[in-house]
Formats: sequence, structure tokens, C-alpha cells
Amino acid sequence: MNTLEKLASERILVLDGAMGTMIQRLGLTEEDFHPQGMEQHDILLKGNNELLSISRPEAIKRIHEQYLEAGADIIETNTFSATSIAQGEHKCEHLVREMNLASARLAKEACAAFTAKDPSKPRFVAGALGPTNKTASLSPDVNDPGFRAVHFDDLVTAYAEQVEALLDGGVDLLLVETIFDTLNAKAAFYAIEEVFDKRGRRVPLMCSVTITDASGRTLSGQTIDAFMISMGHVELFSIGLNCALGAAQMRPYLQVLSENATCLTSVYPNAGLPNQFGEYDETPEMTAKLVGEFMRDGLVNIVGGCCGTTPDHIAALAKEAVKHAPRKLSVVA
Amino acid sequence: MSIPTYSGLEPLRIFAGSNFVNIGERTNVTGSAAFRKLIKEGKYDEAVSVARQQVENGAQVIDVNMDEGLIDGVAAMRKLLNLIAAEPDIARVPVMVDSSKFSVIEAGLKCLQGKGIANSISLKEGEKEFLRQARVVKRLGAAAVVMCFDEQGQADNFERRIAIAERAYRLLIEQAHFAPHDIIIDPNILTVATGMSEHDHYAVDFIRAVSWIKKHLPGALTSGGVSNVSFSFRGNEPVREAIHTAFLYHAIKAGLDMGIVNAGQIGVYDDIPKDLLEHVEDVLLARRTDATERMVVFAERYKGAPSAEVVAQRAAWREGSVEERLKHALVHGITEYIDADTEEARAGLQDPVKVIEGPLMAGMTVVGDLFGAGKMFLPQVVKSARVMKKAVAYLEPFLLEKKKLLPVAQQSTGAKKILMATVKGDVHDIGKNIVGVILACNGWEVIDMGVMVQCEKILAAAKENNVDIIGLSGLITPSLDEMVHVAKEMEREKFTVPLLIGGATTSRVHTAVRIAQHYSQPVVHVIDASRSVPVVSSLLSDTDRGAFAAKLKDEYAHVRAQYEGHERTKEYVPISEARAKRFAIDFTSEPPVKPKRTGVFPYRDIPLEQLVPYIDWTPFFQAWELAGRYPKILTDPVVGKEATQLYEDAQRMLKQLVAEKWLQAHGVAAIWPANAVADDMEVYADGKRSSTIGRFHGMRAQSKKAQGVAYNCLSDFLAPKETGVVDHLGGFAVTTGHGIDAHVKRFEAAHDDYSAIMLKALADRLAEAFAEKLHEVVRQDLWGYETPTTFTNEQLIKEEYQGIRPAPGYPACPDHTEKPELFRLLDAERHTGIQLTESLAMHPAAAVSGWYFAHPKSKYFGVGRIAKDQVEDLSRRKGITIAQVERWLSSNLGYETGSDK
Repeated sequence: MNTLEKLASERILVLDGAMGTMIQRLGLTEEDFHPQGMEQHDILLKGNNELLSISRPEAIKRIHEQYLEAGADIIETNTFSATSIAQGEHKCEHLVREMNLASARLAKEACAAFTAKDPSKPRFVAGALGPTNKTASLSPDVNDPGFRAVHFDDLVTAYAEQVEALLDGGVDLLLVETIFDTLNAKAAFYAIEEVFDKRGRRVPLMCSVTITDASGRTLSGQTIDAFMISMGHVELFSIGLNCALGAAQMRPYLQVLSENATCLTSVYPNAGLPNQFGEYDETPEMTAKLVGEFMRDGLVNIVGGCCGTTPDHIAALAKEAVKHAPRKLSVVA
Repeated sequence: MSIPTYSGLEPLRIFAGSNFVNIGERTNVTGSAAFRKLIKEGKYDEAVSVARQQVENGAQVIDVNMDEGLIDGVAAMRKLLNLIAAEPDIARVPVMVDSSKFSVIEAGLKCLQGKGIANSISLKEGEKEFLRQARVVKRLGAAAVVMCFDEQGQADNFERRIAIAERAYRLLIEQAHFAPHDIIIDPNILTVATGMSEHDHYAVDFIRAVSWIKKHLPGALTSGGVSNVSFSFRGNEPVREAIHTAFLYHAIKAGLDMGIVNAGQIGVYDDIPKDLLEHVEDVLLARRTDATERMVVFAERYKGAPSAEVVAQRAAWREGSVEERLKHALVHGITEYIDADTEEARAGLQDPVKVIEGPLMAGMTVVGDLFGAGKMFLPQVVKSARVMKKAVAYLEPFLLEKKKLLPVAQQSTGAKKILMATVKGDVHDIGKNIVGVILACNGWEVIDMGVMVQCEKILAAAKENNVDIIGLSGLITPSLDEMVHVAKEMEREKFTVPLLIGGATTSRVHTAVRIAQHYSQPVVHVIDASRSVPVVSSLLSDTDRGAFAAKLKDEYAHVRAQYEGHERTKEYVPISEARAKRFAIDFTSEPPVKPKRTGVFPYRDIPLEQLVPYIDWTPFFQAWELAGRYPKILTDPVVGKEATQLYEDAQRMLKQLVAEKWLQAHGVAAIWPANAVADDMEVYADGKRSSTIGRFHGMRAQSKKAQGVAYNCLSDFLAPKETGVVDHLGGFAVTTGHGIDAHVKRFEAAHDDYSAIMLKALADRLAEAFAEKLHEVVRQDLWGYETPTTFTNEQLIKEEYQGIRPAPGYPACPDHTEKPELFRLLDAERHTGIQLTESLAMHPAAAVSGWYFAHPKSKYFGVGRIAKDQVEDLSRRKGITIAQVERWLSSNLGYETGSDK
């Protein structure tokens, strides 16, 4: 992993953009989501994007390639919801390992091809770990604030299964992202450390939190600096922000991150805030301009896109990134 | 972020020059009785309010502790933390998860999205466990408080404090990769001014340790539980506040970063009156040897004494009126002046009866009230009773002079009468004696028939004395059956008085299910001495008895229904299946340990001083109904002071009884060639195993277990005969009870129940200590599988050695009828003088017997209840009738017997 760290010290790294947005554009039908042998399933599977790594691997690989063509250094596996907890609502828990393994291999293959073409620009795969659809710090029942739909230990078990498969599939990093409940994230990192201990090998870790609104807090109520303290025990490659907000709204929080972080910082905003139809209409140029300001001000080391961003957005960001120097890590005694 | 940081929903950072961090202590069941009550009663809404108040009052971290015997710590910790998480105004601050159980700490940290603090971990169980816990704490994203504790116990001087602090710090940094600022060292704030000179340096040593840590362990923080320091002055809030304030002033100056405090108990250093401050600092800084005495006297004036000038001396109480002096002597258990004061009262009142009914009873009423309110503890009450008895004894000749020849108590008060007895076959009476004293304190006449009392004698005495209540006591399980017998006989003879049931093996369930049904009057299980007073009051009150009996009946019906419901759901596997799923040891890969010597080894007249270091003190405090583990109990916020007093009294007597050889210690140990044959254990004359000289019958657990869990029997720890592997079994019996009777009689003649009970409690402890010591001799010398190392007392108590010594009649083999065979093989009666009663209790009572199993896999377990097929099997194996087996094992039957239905 020296290469990754060396690259990061030399320039701003580019992450890929939205997976969901790209899948939506393909106009897939229900059948596309059914892997072989699972033609019959109790419930509809359309929208369970992780299945596509098994049922339509070439489509997912093609999305990865588009982002690599756009200039991404790091691409994320199609595994945001590939945990037994999140897959529970689709009754696809039994496919978790296969989803992660297949997704990691697809991304890895795509990267390998691009690295082979241009060894001076090596590409990396980040195994993506989403927050699941349950929160360990909040009760879903307003009348029973002490209740929890999921417990720390359940999350650890689910994440460990995902991490094992991602590492078996050959990912170069792990990215715990869209953190809206810090306790879920702590469980993810706990699972990761357990798996690392077991395998005797580590990969770099990225972590990215979601500030939900102008309150400046996570969904579970933490301020950004409280969140950073909660992550203090994890040996991180980078810490950053993604989702929920557009770049314009992220600035104050990125500022706090950048001032306090002893590791790299990352930012991958949505393409603005969604319009009334739930669509994102920030253009690649607008995103590149806003994120470009972060780069210019030396706040960030890794940039990319979240919901609503496309290969065009990433190409625009990549073009902007070469103009700026990466954020300098303050040397902390 | 190299500065110390914690977080709730918001961050807490400690900068150089930050103020002292206040950790709120009210959400701690061990420190706050009010909070403990809320949790016990499940009032979590109010518990959350307590947390909120703390934050509102400025706590920057809240300490949550759920360590209480009756609370499920893990569940309570989770519940409260989850509820707090939903309250943003509380959840904004970090949580300190406080428990002596690591499982509770772990469960608590798993509820925190913020960075909390684990309080605490220590080297108590060695480096391996310490590092394991440290790594878990780190992985859960928390900082750790490290208590200055190690394998040897709590650090109580400066040198041990800093040595442990440094060792823990190095381990955490070098091996668990802790950031220095995530290490918070608690060098133990212990109680000063206890009256024991070795405690004088506790505060100053803590302060010095803080200063040393800040200087020598870069980055590490320091913390402590501040309220501990002033426990000696419980109830005297102005003095406690001054102590806390002055202590913090010095500790913070030395570098103390944070502390668990009651913010309401901290004042301003400069506002402490100069004279008070001087006394307080004399104590805290150990500036003079008489600091404690002076402080105690000085503190009196802050207790709301009549005037600050009056109470200049400790003995000031001697200046009150004779009534006040008698009351003081009773409440404080002081016998020194009792004869003179009683005489003065008698001379004044001109009537010995009026002295008893007047000032003495008034004083005992105060004692009763304080005890009822939890402001006095059992040992104190027993001492009060001693004063009362002495006063009455002094008056006795005057009473006789008045030619009133009836016994004192009757003629003085016409009190109601309670007959008490330990039932036939049982010799244990400490609990019964304590209850007797307590009842007598409350003005009832107690007729104590002693131990091993036949049913007929109990009933005859009850009729003769026309008693109002009968109380039965017993410690061993066969006594339960005898109690059933007494109840049946009372019914047959048409008794109408209530029956009280008490003693270690009795229970509410047993009383409700097995005894109450046989007697139509109230049968009440009395859990402890303090409970005996309200029960007896209700039963003897014409107005309350009816309601009490009706409530009791309902309660027992409920207990029975619950019990039966529970029993119905219990499943038992056939004994054959249980045997098939026995605890399997592979005796070829893990061969038995070959003993160095075999045979029978008597030990006569062992010097008592050799046993003293092996005493486990915790059960001693239990005997006196003081709850808590030794040594922590000595500084317990609730009972610490009384426990310390009791411990000092015990030490004094122990010293004397050892020096003057009041007791004789005899024991016998044996190691025999033996093998398992199914559930039996065959004992052979020699290694050839051709001649069987004895046979024990093990009992096997039968209640249905989860997949893969073994159905244990003691015979599982011996190599089966068919394996051809040579194995051995040990046995022992010890007593320290010979010689005790003369001294008990001497104390009783002097009206000193306190010392009589104390001596019995100490003899029990010495017998257990002898068993511990003899086990060590066997492990290290006779059997010789253990290299002679000195285990600490704590390690012994935790049984950290290889091998076990289960006793017949106890959980691993609840069958007392195995005892005669053990005694026969040991020739125990000849070697030790211990006799078995008809209920197979050992006499003298201070005695222990059992088997030795040496295999490393052997362990303690409980057989629990067994099914009918095993009872039938035992009847065949032991050659006794099924009814006999059922009678001896009545507490262990998983079914109802015919006669009970």
C-alpha cells in the first residue's frame, strides 16, 4: 500500500461517482435482478442493486470502466447494502458472501485492466460498507426510546461476513461510508479489526460520515468533532464526508475535519440537493467548481461524487484535481 | 488529537490548564441508595431524570454503575444507556461505564456512539486478562480507567500505587498500543480516619501517587472516587464537604485530572473555617498521629450538638443524665459503665422493674428503630443486647429481693414468648442465636432450646411455657425434612401458634411448597434477622395478625403456583441418556495424576496460627448479615464503618484464641486407589485393585441441557475401571470446634452474646481455612502434583489451583448419606473426634469434610434436581428403599413424591 500513500502525498486522489444513479439509467427490469436459479423469489428484487453483480456482472463492470475512463483512482465495489442485515428485507441474506465476492472481483478486474494499460496511474478498489438499514443508537419506535432494532453484536457479525468476502475478493481498501449512526460505524470497524486479527493482514481504512442537514449533526445526533473523537481509536487512511448534502453545504464541516484530522480527508458530495422530483441537477462543471474551491483552499486529499454524480462529474473533478496540491498533513507531536 | 478527548453527542477535550473534570456519581447504584432503589423497582424514567439533573448541575461526564447483587448488570446497563441515548440533553456528555464486571463494561460500551470511559480494568487477574480487556476497550473506542490493583490485591501505600501504575501504563502503551491520554490511572482513594493507624496515610499516599504519575508517566491522566475518602464521617455532611474540598484542593494541585464526585458535596477551600480545616488537613496529610481522634471529637460539633463548646471531649456523653447515659451506652454498645449507671438509675427510681421498663427499654427502642431504619447494623445491635443483658443481670438480685421469683423478663414486662430451636440432627446455630438476640432486643422473651432438639422436646417446651411463636432453624438439607416433620406434629397436636422457619438451606419456596401445607397456622420463612422483627410484630399483634396471615397465604399460593408452573416446564433426560452424555475426559491423552503417597494421614493439634492466613473473610461478614466482599467491604459506603469495627473485634478475639489455644484443630486426609464404575466410585485396598474397600455413589445432573452440554457426575473425574487406567480419589475431614463449648458458655454466662457468636463464626472460618490449608498440603506434598508456590489468599478463594474438594451434601453431590462411608474410610471419628448426627451433620459444627479430585479437568458443578429413574437407581445401588432416598434427597427431587400429594 505504499503506492497509495505515496500517490496521496503527491496529488489529490479521485474517487468514483454514484453507482445507483448509473444503474437507474440502464432501465433494467425485474428479471435483470434475478440471478440464475433464483427466478422464483417471494418478493420483488428490482432495486436490490447488489444482486446485479451476480445477475448482470457485465453491466456493473461497465459502470466501473466508465468511472475509470473518467479518471478515478479509486473505485467502490457495488456492495453498499451487501450485509445480511440490509439484505434481510429482500430475503437475500444467503447471497451476501457471493455478492461481495463477485463485486470485489468485478471491480478488481476492471482496475487491473486499466493499471495494465497505464502503470503510471495505478487504480485501486475500495470495498464499500454501507450503514445498513437499521440504527444501533436510535429507537425506531417513538413510544419505546430504549428499544433497538439492531444491536452492536448483530452489526459486528454482519459486517464481519461482508469484510471477509470483500478481502477474499481482493479489495485494496475498505470504506465505511454514509455513516449516519456512529455506533453502526464503530461496529463496522470493530468487525474489520477482528477480521484483520484473524487474517494477520490489514488494508487501509477509509471512513466517511453523513451530516444530514444544517444542524451540522449526524442522524444520531453527533457533531462532526464528536464524531471524529468517536473514530479516534481507528487507524484511518482517510476521514471525510459524503451524501445528503451538496458540496456547497458541506464546507463548514469539511473545515472542521481538515483542521482536526491527523489522516487524509475526503469529500464526495451529492450533485447538489435533490429537486422536487428527487433528481439531482447540479452539472459536472458546477460540482467541479465547488469541490475545486475545497482543493484550492487545501482542505482535502480525496474527492469524488455521491448520489446524482456520473462519469462526467468525475471527469470534471479529475480535471480540476490536477490543478491543486493535496492538503498537507499537519505534523502532530 | 494528542490531547485527551471524549465524546457524547458533543466533544469533551481536556487541554493543558483545563479545569478539573467533574464526573457525576449519582447514577451509581453502589453510591446512591436512591438510584439503586429506582433501578431495582424498574423506574427507569426517574433514573433518566437523575442522569439529567447531573448534567444540568454541571457533570461533564456521567458515571453509570449497576453493580448490585440483585440487579442484572448487563441488562440494566444497556437499558439505561439506551434510554439516555434518546435524550440529547443527557447524551451530549460522555459516559463512564463503571463496573467491577468486565462483561458489564463491554455491554455498556457497545451502547455508546461516543467515546466513553471504561471504569475500570486492573492487573488483579494478571497481565493476560488485563491486556485482553484493554484491547477490547480500545477496539470499542473507549479510554480506560486503570485501578491500582494487581495480583496481590489493592495498592494501599505509595510504593505499590506507583509500581502498579507504571507497570499498567507500560503494558498498555507497549502491548495494547494505547495512546497515553487514553490511560486514566486511579490510584485508589481509600477511607481515612477509620481508627486504624495503617489507614492514616491513605489520602496523602494518593496525592503523592498522583503527583508521581503526572511526572513519570507522560500523557497519562489521573482520577478517583472522591467520596470514599470521608466515609468515616457518614451522616456528618458539613465535615464530609470540608474533607472533600480540602482533599480535592491538594489532589488537584498534585495534578488530579478528574474525579467521581457529588458536586453538591464540594465547597470552596477558602470558605472552610480555619480550625476545621486544620483538623481536616491533619487527617488528610497525616500530619499528626492523633489526627483521627482529634478529628472525631472535633467533628461532633458539626453534628448539630447542643453547642459547639460543650462537646469538647469524646467522653462528653458521661455528663448527661443517667437516662441519657443508659441510652447512649445501649445505642453505642458500651458496657464499661453499665453497672454504675444501672445502679444510679435503680437508686433513683427505687424499683428495678422500673429501670428495665423505663430507661433500658427506651434505649432499646431507639436501637430497634435505628436498626429498622437501616442506620444500625447487626453487629452493633448484638453489642447493644450485650449491654442490656448486663444491666438486667445487675438488677437480678434486686428483683429477687422483691421476692418475685419468676424469670426476669416475664416479670419485668410480661412479654410474649418465642421458642427457638435448631432441629434434631443439626448443630448450626449462629443465625438462630442472632435472631434470638434481635428478638430479645425488641422486648420479646426468647426461650432458646439450643441445637439438636428433638421434635417432642420442642413441642413439650412450647406447651409448658405457653409460647406465642415457635421458630425452627437448620443449616443442612436433612433439616428441611425435620422441619416438615415438626410442622406435621404441630398440626396433629392442634397447635395454634405461628411457626417461623429460618437457616441457610431454607427458602420461601421450600416453606411455601413443602412445609406450609402441613400446618394450618401461619408458617413464615424469615430470610434474615432484620426481617424477623416485623414478622414477629405482625404475628403477635391482635390487629395485624389476620391481615398478615391472609397476605401470607396469598403469597404462598402464588409461590406454589409459580413453582409448579416452573417445575412442569422442566424436562429431565433418562438417567441412561445423561450417563451417555457424561462429562467425558480422555484419560489416555490426559492421564490422571499419580500420587506420591497413598494411605490415611492424620493431622492432630495443628497450630491455629498456621490456619489464620488461609481465612476467607467474606463469609464471616455474611454471617453477620453485612453484605459485600472482603476487603472492599471495609470501605463500603454503607456498611464499611461497621464492617471495619467488626473486623477489628474479630482480629482481637482471633489473636487471643490463637495465643491461648481455645480451640483444637484435628484433621485427616487420605488418598486411595480408585476407579469409576458408571456413577459409582470404587475405592481399592491397593494399586492392584483386586480388593474393594469402599464405594461412593455419585449423583448425576439430569435436567435437560443444551446440545453439547455434559450431564455431570463426580465419577466423571475418575478414570473408568474398564479403561484399565489407575486412578486415585482423596478424602478429608477437619475440625476446629473442639474446646469451643467452654468458651461459649463463659461468654453466655457473662451475658455476652456478641462474643459467643463471634467465637462460633471465627471457629467456622478456621475450619474452612484448615480445609484450604490441608488441600494445599495434599496438592503439594501427598499427591504432590502442584509445585509448591504460595497462592495469595485471593487466588485460593477463587480456587485458582488444580483439583476440587466437593463435600457430600453440597451441590456436586447433595446426598448426605455418602458421609458415613467417607468417615468410615477415613476413620474420621477416631482421628478428628468429629461425630455424625442422625441427620448426618458434623459435630462439632466447625467442621468440613469432602473428597479430593485431582484431575485438571475436574470442576465444581451443581447436580440440581433429579428424576425418579435416578432415585430408583440410587435405591438399588445404595441398598436402601426408594422412600429413604426420597427423604434424604427431598430438596433435589424433580417430581412430587406420593406422600406429599
